Amino acid sequence: MATSQPRYRVPAPKFRPGDEPDFSDLKLQPAGEAKRPGIDCSWKDTVDHATGLVGALDHNHQAVGEWNPELDPDTLREGLRHMVLTRVYDERMQKLQRQGKMSFYMKSTGEEAVSVAAAMALRDSDMVFPSYRQQGILFARGRDIVDMMCHCISNSRDNLKGRQLPVHYTWAEGNFFSISGNLGTQFPQAVGWAMGARYKNEDQVTASWIGDGTTAEGDFHGALTLASTYRAPVIFNVVNNQWAISTFQGIAQGDAPSLAVKGLGYGLPSIRVDGNDFLAVYAATKWAADRARAGHGATLLELYTYRAAAHSTSDDPSGYRPKEEATKWPLGDPIERLKNHLIGLEEWDEQRHEAMEAELNDLVVKSYKEAESYGTLHDGPLSPVPSIFEDVTADTDWRLIRQRQDLGV
Amino acid sequence: MAKMNMIQALNSALDVAMENDPNVLCFGEDAGYFGGVFRVTAGLQKKYGLDRCFDAPINEAAIAAMAVGMAAKGLRPVAEIQFADYIFPAIDQIVSEMSRIRYRSAGQFTQPIVVRSPWGGGIRGGQTHSMSPEAFFTHVPGIKVVIPSNPYDAKGLLLASIESDDPIIFFEPKRIYNGPFDGQADGALQSWANHPKGEVPEGHYTVDLNKAEVVREGSAVTVVTYGTLVHVALAAAEKSGIDAEVIDLKTLTPYDIETISDSVKKTGRCIVANEAPRTSSFSAELAAQIQEDCFWSLEAPIHRIAGWDTPYPHAHEWSYFPGQQRFINAMKSVTETV
Repeated sequence: MATSQPRYRVPAPKFRPGDEPDFSDLKLQPAGEAKRPGIDCSWKDTVDHATGLVGALDHNHQAVGEWNPELDPDTLREGLRHMVLTRVYDERMQKLQRQGKMSFYMKSTGEEAVSVAAAMALRDSDMVFPSYRQQGILFARGRDIVDMMCHCISNSRDNLKGRQLPVHYTWAEGNFFSISGNLGTQFPQAVGWAMGARYKNEDQVTASWIGDGTTAEGDFHGALTLASTYRAPVIFNVVNNQWAISTFQGIAQGDAPSLAVKGLGYGLPSIRVDGNDFLAVYAATKWAADRARAGHGATLLELYTYRAAAHSTSDDPSGYRPKEEATKWPLGDPIERLKNHLIGLEEWDEQRHEAMEAELNDLVVKSYKEAESYGTLHDGPLSPVPSIFEDVTADTDWRLIRQRQDLGV
Repeated sequence: MAKMNMIQALNSALDVAMENDPNVLCFGEDAGYFGGVFRVTAGLQKKYGLDRCFDAPINEAAIAAMAVGMAAKGLRPVAEIQFADYIFPAIDQIVSEMSRIRYRSAGQFTQPIVVRSPWGGGIRGGQTHSMSPEAFFTHVPGIKVVIPSNPYDAKGLLLASIESDDPIIFFEPKRIYNGPFDGQADGALQSWANHPKGEVPEGHYTVDLNKAEVVREGSAVTVVTYGTLVHVALAAAEKSGIDAEVIDLKTLTPYDIETISDSVKKTGRCIVANEAPRTSSFSAELAAQIQEDCFWSLEAPIHRIAGWDTPYPHAHEWSYFPGQQRFINAMKSVTETV
């Protein structure tokens, strides 16, 4: 039993299981207060933004301030629809995993705005290098749901031939890069891709996402160094959902006053954004994309949010945080907030919302039935066994030919 | 034809590739304005512009990752890692990313990348400028490892590597950049000027990435090696008078098993050699595969020549590096076995 005082500081979260979570001393800048610098600004113009909080939806669900993207109601409804679809899909897939239909799943509950609003603010031709919790991008870009499910259940129509864990999507047609699973590797890759676009005189920008914990990885620092040096058109998104599996964000953040401030040291404009505010995420992403496209270089966005669900189906958060944290999170829920904003504008109501949820639920159920008709990981059919020897390199050398014979396929 | 040393030949390969294909670009630490610490990229920035040959920050992982992103976008990056000993910070990007992206995306993204790096011992480089880390990479599905042993092959193999649609780790034996090496520390420096493989065409040509070469025909024993040790093996054969057949592998993965087994079946005896520490080095793979394919033709155990299982020493380099005498001893021992 450890009894002595710790000999060095090991940061700990404020609340553990059994504690009553209380975020009242989290000093968050009110929506509408942050200024919106010009897109040609320098890092110096964002010093306050890096520890502040860019928000556009206030407590009364009104759009306020310079970061209000002034989207028309149709666009807002579209965003709401993509976010609800993301959540309905996640819920369904989680259940199916529990029923043994797939090996693994990762929900993005509470973080739907981070991916959906960003994808809508980008052009579909912009390249994204996501981590494993941005499935919302796929819905916003219109990927076929059956195809997504076929990947997750690793069946005969999985476009990745059963080689990747569920949710590690690749969709080249949708300018969606292959998700790794090794944390942060995509951040510097996004810079290389962005430099390639500049090299080819194309006006695409790239956006990449990592979590709070991954800011400790060397690739985070390498990526920011490259982007700053070569002034690459990149948007670096750090999704600070407070938790890296069981490790609270303070273990990566240390004494830094925010994660966004880490960008300032590289000379990159760096902004902390209310990640549960659809309007703010949209506006900040659009601003960063406009900067990048105009040749002003990269931006670091810290999306301040909360991971309302477990890290994955292999994780049990009741072992390390209070159950009520998500509901006590001071920035609320992104879907509820956008829904209430639209209701306040008299462009939406509860009945339409329920009808939409029901419709999307039916769509997901129907899509799964179709996906299952192409097989499941458990019962097959899968991609043919010999396909494990394909795509290693462009040509198949004697080693793989012999090994395939050894396997007898 | 022109007389070139290996540095000039590699430089010429990059020049030809950049001239022929605007998607080829190169970068690395000191690789831009200065042209690289070994001068392999000399003059390329001036000729092709800042955005085609440029200096990179000292972050090998970022250099490799930049290549991954560029290749996914359709470019053909050639990244330089200043010494093979410095490649380890990039290992996640090479092993977990560039090698697997074709596979994990089921062919939706490919990685036509060359990672070049000066490699191997014999230059008094101590433990951080002498390593032969090829076995770390031959163990990785999805990447190929290429190691030339002379200027002609260096240019042709580098051009073939740049034109390949898969990632290639291209290790350059820096001990023989300026001339072949017979494995005797106190011997006179040799030059490529009088060597037939120092004759290098100025224009475009390639050397087959899937082929080893019998560089000396013989009947007494087969020596399979690559890089600097090819020349040490040749010198040992001449000096000992043992009629060794010497095979220069050139490409380690996939290695040319056909050329190797044809030779071993003929000679019945085999030595496999590399500079790297013996345990789990590439010669272990060769020995295992050769005994599988040629067991009934073997008249003696396969003999391994390798570095010792120690870090690469500085002052005692010549007690570590597999020099001429070790080859002679091995050739005698293997051919004396009944």
